[in-house]
Amino acid sequence: MAVIRDMIPAFELFQPTTVEDAISILDRYGEDGWVLSGGLDSFDWFKDRIKRPAAVVDLVNLDSLRGIRSTDDGIEIGALTTITDVVMHPELALNYSVLTDAASGVATPQIRNRGTLGGNLSQDTRCWYYRGGWPCYRAGGNTCYASGPTAMNREHCIMGSSRCVAVNPSDLAPALIALDAEFVIQGTRGTRFVDAEDFFMRPSIDIERMTILKPAELLTKVRLPVRWAGSHFYFEKIEDRKAWDFALMTVASAMRIKEGVIEEARLSVNGVAPYPVRLGSAESLIQGQTPSDNLGIKAGDLAIAKAQPLRHNDFKIPMMRNLVRRAVRSPEG
Amino acid sequence: MAKKLVGQNISPPDLYAKITGRAKYAEDFRADGMVFAKLLLSPMPHCRVKRIDASKALAIEGVLGILTAEDIPDVDAPGEACLTMEPHYEGEPVLAVAAVDETTAADAIEAIKIDFEPLPFVLNPLDSLKPNGPNGRLEGNTMVGRDIVTIKWTEEDFAKAPEGTLPMGEPSAEWSVGDVDDGFAEADLIIDETVVHQSLSHHPMEPRTTLAYWQNGKLYMHTSTQSVARTRVAIASMLDMDSDKIVVIGEFCGGGFGSKIAGGVHMLIPALFSKKIKRPVMMRINRYEENYIGRARPGFQAQVKIGFRADGRITALDMYILGDGGPYGRSGDNMSAGSTASLAYTPLNQRHRGVAVYTNTPPKSAQRGPGGAQIIGMLEPFMDKAARKLNIDRLELRRINAPDGDVRFGPNQTALTSVFVREAIDKGSEIFDWKGRLTRSGQRKGSKVTGIGVGVSPYTAGSSGFDGLLIIRPDGKVYIHQGIGNLGTHSVADTARAAADVLGVSWNEVEIVWGNTSNHMPWSSIQAGSQTTFAHTRANHAVGTEAKRLLQEIAARDLGGSPEDYDTADGRVYRLTSPSTGMSFSRAAIRAMELGGRYSGEEIAEDLNDMTKTAVAGLAGNGLVAAAKDKYPREGRVQSWVVGFAEVELDVETGHVDIVKYTAVADCGTVLHPRSLGGQILGGSIQGMGIARSQKWVFDPVWGVSFAKRFYTARPPGILDVPIDMDWAALDIPDPQTPVGAKGIGEPPVGAGSAALTSAIADALGGKCLCRTPLTADVILAEIEGRSPAYNPLDLHV
Repeated sequence: MAVIRDMIPAFELFQPTTVEDAISILDRYGEDGWVLSGGLDSFDWFKDRIKRPAAVVDLVNLDSLRGIRSTDDGIEIGALTTITDVVMHPELALNYSVLTDAASGVATPQIRNRGTLGGNLSQDTRCWYYRGGWPCYRAGGNTCYASGPTAMNREHCIMGSSRCVAVNPSDLAPALIALDAEFVIQGTRGTRFVDAEDFFMRPSIDIERMTILKPAELLTKVRLPVRWAGSHFYFEKIEDRKAWDFALMTVASAMRIKEGVIEEARLSVNGVAPYPVRLGSAESLIQGQTPSDNLGIKAGDLAIAKAQPLRHNDFKIPMMRNLVRRAVRSPEG
Repeated sequence: MAKKLVGQNISPPDLYAKITGRAKYAEDFRADGMVFAKLLLSPMPHCRVKRIDASKALAIEGVLGILTAEDIPDVDAPGEACLTMEPHYEGEPVLAVAAVDETTAADAIEAIKIDFEPLPFVLNPLDSLKPNGPNGRLEGNTMVGRDIVTIKWTEEDFAKAPEGTLPMGEPSAEWSVGDVDDGFAEADLIIDETVVHQSLSHHPMEPRTTLAYWQNGKLYMHTSTQSVARTRVAIASMLDMDSDKIVVIGEFCGGGFGSKIAGGVHMLIPALFSKKIKRPVMMRINRYEENYIGRARPGFQAQVKIGFRADGRITALDMYILGDGGPYGRSGDNMSAGSTASLAYTPLNQRHRGVAVYTNTPPKSAQRGPGGAQIIGMLEPFMDKAARKLNIDRLELRRINAPDGDVRFGPNQTALTSVFVREAIDKGSEIFDWKGRLTRSGQRKGSKVTGIGVGVSPYTAGSSGFDGLLIIRPDGKVYIHQGIGNLGTHSVADTARAAADVLGVSWNEVEIVWGNTSNHMPWSSIQAGSQTTFAHTRANHAVGTEAKRLLQEIAARDLGGSPEDYDTADGRVYRLTSPSTGMSFSRAAIRAMELGGRYSGEEIAEDLNDMTKTAVAGLAGNGLVAAAKDKYPREGRVQSWVVGFAEVELDVETGHVDIVKYTAVADCGTVLHPRSLGGQILGGSIQGMGIARSQKWVFDPVWGVSFAKRFYTARPPGILDVPIDMDWAALDIPDPQTPVGAKGIGEPPVGAGSAALTSAIADALGGKCLCRTPLTADVILAEIEGRSPAYNPLDLHV
């Protein structure tokens, strides 16, 4: 069979109006089903005819999953809320600016208008071997093309690899980990709640999935606890271009600072591992300390302690150290 | 009298169509019974097609046929055919299938069983030059004269390659002026560096789509092309047809940058397919395909040795450049770069050597400032390095080595029509506040270090000898026929001003006829090499003058006196001594039709090109028809300059570079149209900034296939990547060897934008030249942090 790209093949399209119907259809199709939200990730796969689901469940009519509302314990964001709506939301901008900062740097205005929160968090990796249709581990094969001694792996990972060296591309994921967000997942067996950092799959556990979502499960909501509202935040995205580029690396942090001392901190980095990384030991290191460049350097050094470069991404090690350093010293202004 | 049009801001006639989306590009057209073609592309960098079984594909309902290499005219090596059984790069079209819609055609492609036999391939020219290295073509790895030959170097030649020094074995081409050894003996400072420039795809916004159909023995093609009249000539030649049997329609073109000069070879696929299946065939090219077949700028691996006297004068320039030749034709960038450097720096002695090596990467062609844009971006940081060592102001060092009007450059010691580069440097220095900004060079604020850079970039800017054609119809309007394309530069409208100004008519009285060869096109330049402004202001000036003479004669004949007693203005030809005596253009057009002969195009001047003669014959009898060949004298080549200045902030913790300010000043003769000139100067500069900073071209060296094949991975610059604070100026000094004084501008800004950044980034790094583009964060951060470099010095396609 010859290969042709950039031309979407036919598929069965469902546009259910309730979450329950969506889940039921997905359950019926199992591994042959596909969840379509904003389409920015999905259509790339469809156009290249590499992922060929029999049935596509378009969530466009699930209005209940759209919108941002205040709750007793913070803010709840529907998974179908567009990234633009996240960016534009005054309460988020005021109290959870690490998320709006991250959201405002996603791709382009057009993509942010279409792209959804849930889609951004659930998107597949951009490893160009994998996305080019190479039969790698992640695609069900038995090798990784990106980790070879001459492979083109500038954008790949420096830690957390397990056969696969791809990175998670989500800009919003580290921000939500920093905010200690809770993800609400609905499936055939009801609803479950997971911490943001636990939503993302390690390749050592399941190399073919980026998230813990099972075939008939939907990410429906993201909850931001009030605990971190109005904290000191830092977000930075390093990319080759200022628009329409996936991050080389992102850092997000939240710090509750009292009288110049870090009471509690959360630090997350993406673009360094197959999943967004929470820097637990660096968090412990800086807790109880006064933010400073020196503290940042220590935290940065700790963050990269286990980093291992591939042929073309050694730069990610100092970049990660420096981004952590910047996040930690940021309260100094 | 109407206000002179040259120098005014006038919206081009297609502006509203473009802004409102009503402009029809090739893929917007439909024809009765039209079907769609899709391509089967080679999955390997070099292979032979062993077997094609399309039976299942052809059995799919709605599939109308297949077109393979058997159905197309033979092309001799190293020429490129539109379909091939021996693909020379990943993504090369092997065959096409036509169906009632694209989905069906794509399904049919997938249903084809095809076997490929892999052949040796090479991506990096150096690998092919190694003893026993693979060749990109079975016939050899480079061209010498008209022959494909194989050049292999010795192990000894490669001795220093592991240290990053370019091996320099036997070149395939070489020229020299003076004696570089003498020059270096005279030098007080010698700089000797290895430098690598990436290859990069053209990636115009509009992919090269074509709709073709045959009607009553004529071939009609709606295609995306930079030129129109000359595209018809190219199609005629490739299909061995009479030009008169071909109609090319290309009113709008969404960019080409040199990749669609006379269309492209793949536009033949729908033409031949339509002939075969007797249905109109639309072949829409998508971004994925455009990446492969859409041409690319050849990358360089170069050794550069420059000798400077203590006073800053360059005594010797010795360069050796390997070009990533791609698999087809002859790649000349690596050699033309020597000529551009010769002109930019006027070295007292120069030697230029090189080999353009056949590689199994997508075909190379001219890309906006071919050769020149690369070499200026590569060399300007070395000028800075020398300036620091010699303790001379960096701008002053450029002035010292800049050419005068009597310059002779390149292997043939060519003269120029004009050059005012020193004036451009001075003007730019003032606008940019070079001295003021220089005080910030190297200053660190937080994690950011300021760098100041400059790029002085010449490029060819004109040709001559083409024809102009216009008709004044009985409605009194002047219809100026343009055979050049409408590439988005506005020159299709702007060059017509030359004729209108000679006649003294207002722009409202002028209609531009363009974009369709059935509308009677004069012999025109290709719209490439920044030729059209110079070439077609001349041709239109000539035809305006001819039309004026015919009007004067008609007036004298009817109203008495001699032709010289009459002038033209505001749509009238009138007697100078009594302006109320005269006649309208409308009346004159009717009189021309009555008089016939040379007034109405029934007699045709012998010196016109055959294409123009045919066009004149087509218009004959419909008004006052004027046609003229550009015979204005010209001695020397035409070159324009752009001097680009940049201030950047380099973040030493991330390697990221922000451009804070950019200023560009052009020496391009008389300004025809300020607004579109600004668009060209800054647009070209931005393209250069992308070369310097972000645009990628990445291949897996083991498998020979590409990765940076979509916009988001190829990373041409976006508008957020350039500074808000950009300005431009032009000297507006006329070129003395052309009647309107205007020179071209399309190409020189690219080198200026690229070099201003490579120079500014080196400045921010304290003068350290990283000798590689693009200067992405990884390359810069590895240097700052003293870590192992992101790439080996001679690595290409990374």
